[in-house]
Amino acid sequence: MITYPFQYKRASSLADAVALLADGGKALSGGHSLIPTMKLRLNAPDVLVDVGRLPELKGIALDGNELVIGAGVTHGAIAASDLVKQHLPMFATGAGQIGDPSVRNRGTIGGSIAHADPAADWPAMLIAADATIVMQGPSGSRQVKAEQFFTGLFSTAMHENELITQIRVPKHDGAKMTYQKFSQPASRYAIVGCAVVKNADGSLRVAFSGVSEAPFRDKNVEAQLSSGQTADAAAGMSILSDHYASEEYRKHLANVYLNRALAAL
Amino acid sequence: MQINLTVNGKARKTDVEDRTLLVDYLRENLRLTGTHVGCDTSSCGACTVHLDGVAVKSCTLLAAQADGCSVTTIEGLAQLNTNGTIGQLHPLQEGFKECHGLQCGFCTPGMIMTAADLLKRNPSPSEHDIREALEGNICRCTGYHNIVKAIQWAADHTAAPLLADHHVWTNEVAVTV
Amino acid sequence: MTNFFKKMSNKFIGQSIKRVEDKRFITGKGRYTDDIVLPGMLHAHFVRSPYAHARVVSIDMTEAQAMPGVIAIYTGDDVKDLNGVPCGWQVNFRNGETMREPKHPMLIATGDTAKHAGDPVAIVIAESKAIATDAAESVQIEWDELPAVANPAEALKPGAPKVHEQFPDNTAFDWSLGNPIEEVDAAMAAAAHVTTLEFVNQRVVPNAMEPRAYIGAYDEVSDKYTLYTSTQNPHLIRLLMCAFVLGIPEHKVRVVGPDVGGGFGSKIYHYTEEALVTWASKQLSQPVKWTSDRSEAFLLDAHGRDHVTKAEMGFDADGNVMGLRIKTVANMGAYLSTFAPAVPTYLHGTLLQGLYVTPKINIDMTCVFTHTVAVDAYRGAGRPEATYLLERLMDLAALEMGRDPAELRFQNFIPKFDGVTEPGYQTQVALQYDSGDYHPVLERGLEMLGYADFRAAQKEAAKTNKLLGVGFSTYVEACGIAPSAVVGALGARAGLYESAQVRVQPTGKVSVFTGSHSHGQGHETTFVQVVADKLGIPMEDVDLVHGDSDALAFGMGTYGSRSLAVGGSAIIKSIDKVLEKGAKIAAHKLECAEGDLEYAEGKWTVKGTDKSIGFGDVALTAYVPHVYPAGLEPGLDFSSFYDPANFTYPFGCHIAVVEVDRETGKTTLKRMIAVDDVGNVINPMIVDGQIHGGLAQGIGQAMFEGTIYDENAQLTNGTYMDYCMPRADDLPMFETDRRTTPCPHNPLGVKGAGEAGAIGSTPSVVNAVIDALWSGGHQVKDILMPMTPERVWRAMNN
Repeated sequence: MITYPFQYKRASSLADAVALLADGGKALSGGHSLIPTMKLRLNAPDVLVDVGRLPELKGIALDGNELVIGAGVTHGAIAASDLVKQHLPMFATGAGQIGDPSVRNRGTIGGSIAHADPAADWPAMLIAADATIVMQGPSGSRQVKAEQFFTGLFSTAMHENELITQIRVPKHDGAKMTYQKFSQPASRYAIVGCAVVKNADGSLRVAFSGVSEAPFRDKNVEAQLSSGQTADAAAGMSILSDHYASEEYRKHLANVYLNRALAAL
Repeated sequence: MQINLTVNGKARKTDVEDRTLLVDYLRENLRLTGTHVGCDTSSCGACTVHLDGVAVKSCTLLAAQADGCSVTTIEGLAQLNTNGTIGQLHPLQEGFKECHGLQCGFCTPGMIMTAADLLKRNPSPSEHDIREALEGNICRCTGYHNIVKAIQWAADHTAAPLLADHHVWTNEVAVTV
Repeated sequence: MTNFFKKMSNKFIGQSIKRVEDKRFITGKGRYTDDIVLPGMLHAHFVRSPYAHARVVSIDMTEAQAMPGVIAIYTGDDVKDLNGVPCGWQVNFRNGETMREPKHPMLIATGDTAKHAGDPVAIVIAESKAIATDAAESVQIEWDELPAVANPAEALKPGAPKVHEQFPDNTAFDWSLGNPIEEVDAAMAAAAHVTTLEFVNQRVVPNAMEPRAYIGAYDEVSDKYTLYTSTQNPHLIRLLMCAFVLGIPEHKVRVVGPDVGGGFGSKIYHYTEEALVTWASKQLSQPVKWTSDRSEAFLLDAHGRDHVTKAEMGFDADGNVMGLRIKTVANMGAYLSTFAPAVPTYLHGTLLQGLYVTPKINIDMTCVFTHTVAVDAYRGAGRPEATYLLERLMDLAALEMGRDPAELRFQNFIPKFDGVTEPGYQTQVALQYDSGDYHPVLERGLEMLGYADFRAAQKEAAKTNKLLGVGFSTYVEACGIAPSAVVGALGARAGLYESAQVRVQPTGKVSVFTGSHSHGQGHETTFVQVVADKLGIPMEDVDLVHGDSDALAFGMGTYGSRSLAVGGSAIIKSIDKVLEKGAKIAAHKLECAEGDLEYAEGKWTVKGTDKSIGFGDVALTAYVPHVYPAGLEPGLDFSSFYDPANFTYPFGCHIAVVEVDRETGKTTLKRMIAVDDVGNVINPMIVDGQIHGGLAQGIGQAMFEGTIYDENAQLTNGTYMDYCMPRADDLPMFETDRRTTPCPHNPLGVKGAGEAGAIGSTPSVVNAVIDALWSGGHQVKDILMPMTPERVWRAMNN
């Protein structure tokens, strides 16, 4: 498998990366979403801008009430981070369910989010935890809530020349949270991924990956649960269907995994 | 473009096409053919090597991305004698032989490199830990039974840390907020 | 036949000797075809049909030919003088008409039609793989897309798209075997209970981890070709390619099968790419390499199984099987691959007796063309399909009749026969089993399971959300393939003997050449164990050479669990010749009669004395014949061919225990028990490994694997992101044990172990899920394989 020819450029700084992307380059972080599609010749960027070494995209730190995860941090590093385990334990266990160990050693949270595979694991967790995606573009930095970030099948609120730099997540001290996943056994992507955060005040946030064309927050379920009704996950949503899980079955699983998530809190 | 890598302890300077994958660089430029290609989708793990001490799938990495890094392949896992011949095998290599953890041998280098990564993080893995760690490596011959036993054998027969290099390059820089 | 096991004091045979071949694989020094680089080597990439059925209207290579580094592009017009890939087995229609054998062309020429997605149209040869890939994409082909069919049952319907215009009903041949259908109909009509099952034995992809790779290298000075190929049988490839495809002289062709990364059947067959790189290397006088991508492998490597079946088993009021009536449609794909016609017929229909005394059996088989890649032998080849059919019926019948499935089997088992003092067992479907003792394998399986405790636990589980189920499968298979006269009468176009050469070097070291090919089976260890024991010398003194047509006279290769039973027997014949001649030399040196000598521990001793001469001294004498028997040729080097007297018939019992999540339908395999009787065992460690691997593939078919074709006959799950094979975390540790009933007709008493795991396991897993569902009150008869969670969930909720 050989990709189409392209030019490889390594960004020397965040500013350099933004400039190169403005010139029409495509950002390359861990490459674990992008390179496989390029090898299958489903994707043919002319210029790849390697942002994998930018210090600005690295590290996990607390900033006031927020946990800040660099976009270039690998899934494996998130799974292993003590800070994450302490303040956002769902992120640590959830990251540990992505792909396989080698994929987790290279694949990054920013790259996964930018790719916006509907069956990826991060989106449900980010939406449930009310994360904010920070992007840098030619006209500066802007922030979008995860809930608004994922707009459709492989599409996001990002502009073409923007780069995700950080993921900022409110500390959830005292909250209970879990991510429960039913995997496709070959790809290990989520058929259904259900993230639930129960805050100290008892309020719930529920989000799903894998179920619909875009990951989504299930406000119906949140309302039903807070009023003591029986929850009906993904009601009114358009549900994905494929050889492995039909629409009907996937919707059924969404409810099963919602209940499992609630039970696991 | 020119890339500089340290591969199995040896400095290498090579001109490659920008689109060259790390696995093709290892196999074709360096003739290190112990690293294999078994699929097109980063699924099978036959291409697993260590990049700066952690297991990666070399089919999903540009050689350019590894510029300046240190790579260990299956050929670099055993200790070499001063004359360059194979010396003391790595406990995992011994374990795979002791426990019949391989048949056709094609997935074996990737299995061993993945297992070496596991044992660095978790020197005494349970059967469950081992099976989870192997979820990105496909073997079609063994049914994994003896691979699991081989890794357990290696864990039981390892006195010292398996590789000196514990450096994890992906998370070393503090975040700027 | 002398029983070698009883005669020799064995040091190595029966021991779990660690494999001698391992060192190169664990250190990265294995040498697979794609690892080989020859001076001046060029790289090939194929232009392939994106459609399952389409006519090539025109081909425009202008842009591709102009690309720097492109050396040549060949199309069907360039190779129209080459023959097609031949089929190695002829099965005739029931009415005697010859099977339909469409030409399988090297490349689809302008005006011709591609018959499956991936059918090649052009070969692009360039200085690098990257250039060849880029250039192949620049070849412009105008296509006229035509309707296509992938499902074999659909292909038989009136109005179905035609694969070959000249065969409008898409039938390759029809065939039947067994008792006259009237007798079977009568037995079924008289039955107190008939269990009926309509099911699909789905198409699966072998997926050897090493993709196929070939290097053709022509040397104009010597006018010799060398083909490096990832094959299971170098000589067979040479024969097919030279005699049938390229029409080049065999003595000018060397075929080398270096290290090969698994085969499971898919690397038996001769493929167009092998012939084309060999042919192209002559056109260009440069070596040409092609290595398959995994995506190409899904499209082009021969697939396995793909039967659509209705099966009925009749029982009398006491539960005795009275009859078996089967109607099956089997998919051949677009072209007839090397062994394809034999798989659903002589490797499947002949196994439908199973372990049971069923008095009346009839199978009606129709083999059809579809717009898919060829279906051929895949691990087990026909026997897994036969076992699946019988064992699904047996467990389902037990559930329907309220009988215990183990008891029902015990009741119907063929009684013990050893094939020596008692004759072999003559089945209703042509074969005569060599030896069998079926009760002990099931008894041992039940003991390992803890059957009574299991049923108690199952009752408790039925009150929860996690159902438990147990599935049984007791199988017999035919391997040690195969007696040439028998298979010749059945349509094989080749003999299925094996050859071996034992060359004793002057210093007493031994080189053994075998026509078998090891691609994971461990021949470099097991064959050496046999030779070392038989000669009484250290294993270090013996080396095995395989995989090179220039090294050995001939060979038929490795498939059908035949290597040790057939190839090993050929080695024994050569060793017998070495010892016979050695005795003459020893007698001369010791000044005694040959009859006074006995051979043991690597030396000939004059009986009752301490006078002896070692194997090494005799070898040296043979090559330095100064003091030597008059009239005896120098040298100690013997070739042999061994043609087996019969197939061998391993058997066993596989038991699966599963847990089914009632909410999701997800099945977890909790235990897999296998008690196999593969005859005598040379290396228990290696035999266990073979069983493990077979189990995983059989479990894979039951739970995970299966092709999915869309309405245009496009494979929609042809990557490892979509086609699921078992991973480490999908499987439990296997529980294996063994019983030993020696093969009565080969010198080692061995039967073969390569396929058994894949033959028995599949129905046990499906039966276990069905059993779990019945325990929860869901009386379903069948769940399609692979039993995805949704299918199991639907079975519980429909």
